[in-house]
Amino acid sequence: MGIISSLKESLGTWINRIFKKKRAKIGLYGPPNAGKTTLANRILHDWSEGESFGEASPIPHETRRAMRKEGVVINANGSSIELDIVDTPGMATKVDFKEFMIYGLSEVESKKRAKEATEGVIEAIKWLDDLDGVLLVMDSTEDPYTQVNVVVIGNMEARKLPLLIVANKMDLPNASPARIKAAFPQHAMVPISALEGSNIDNLYQAIAAHFG
Amino acid sequence: MDLISGEKLEKMTSMEKIRLILDKVKNGKIVVLECGLTSDEEVRLIEMTMTEIRVDEFSGIEIESYPSKKEGSFLDKIFGRALKGRMTVIGPANQLRTIEKDKYQISTKVSVGD
Repeated sequence: MGIISSLKESLGTWINRIFKKKRAKIGLYGPPNAGKTTLANRILHDWSEGESFGEASPIPHETRRAMRKEGVVINANGSSIELDIVDTPGMATKVDFKEFMIYGLSEVESKKRAKEATEGVIEAIKWLDDLDGVLLVMDSTEDPYTQVNVVVIGNMEARKLPLLIVANKMDLPNASPARIKAAFPQHAMVPISALEGSNIDNLYQAIAAHFG
Repeated sequence: MDLISGEKLEKMTSMEKIRLILDKVKNGKIVVLECGLTSDEEVRLIEMTMTEIRVDEFSGIEIESYPSKKEGSFLDKIFGRALKGRMTVIGPANQLRTIEKDKYQISTKVSVGD
């Protein structure tokens, strides 16, 4: 059974390669507050007539359930690619409810959020099994060597699936996309500001090239 | 702090490694793995950690290793010279804090007691 399903998978991969697959299911991954939902909303705004994934928030773990939008068509480089986009909850190795109380949430609200956040991380991990590629969103004002980044990159490399690093928040004064590039030189990286839309066309071209 | 040899880890299944690490970390120990975990094992460790987080008891783990090296060459694969996992440090999130990390060095701060 394992051999048959493995053969089917290989055959599917080769057929897709031969016929240049133009549809891909990609996940937006990254640590909490990297700007995943802001980017997901930006993509929908630009290519899906004002739809939205949900609210972005300065409080970590605002997205606690993965959300998917199907059939988002991106035109770039003279070609088009149809994407199923999955906005995943922020990946983390720890969730402490006290962290949310700093943002003014009550203890009850914070504990509820923490519980949902742990479920969200598990959901994000489960989605890794069902994707064609990943946009790894990093906050370019932060240290890129977080274990979440290392783990997501290692996982995609092991699965031999395409990965594109998005160095977000390039509009902020202490942003350093170069630091991200130096940390993970083996992967393509595009600096953007999802909030302001800066350099977003370059990202769409890179998406078309990587996942098309 | 427990340092676990690569030899011991090689003899364990993924689930055994994850259980060993989590049991030690939940008991307040810092664990250093000589050869680290595979990327899939790291993801499963995070997943299992999430299921075991309890308010006021266990808030998760701090885990640090270096970014992976590029894949070995074709000849490396033929001669079985696979790249070994990289040294990894794991501890309770409320006791182990990473101060600085780069491609070659991880600096951490360990808090002892409450």
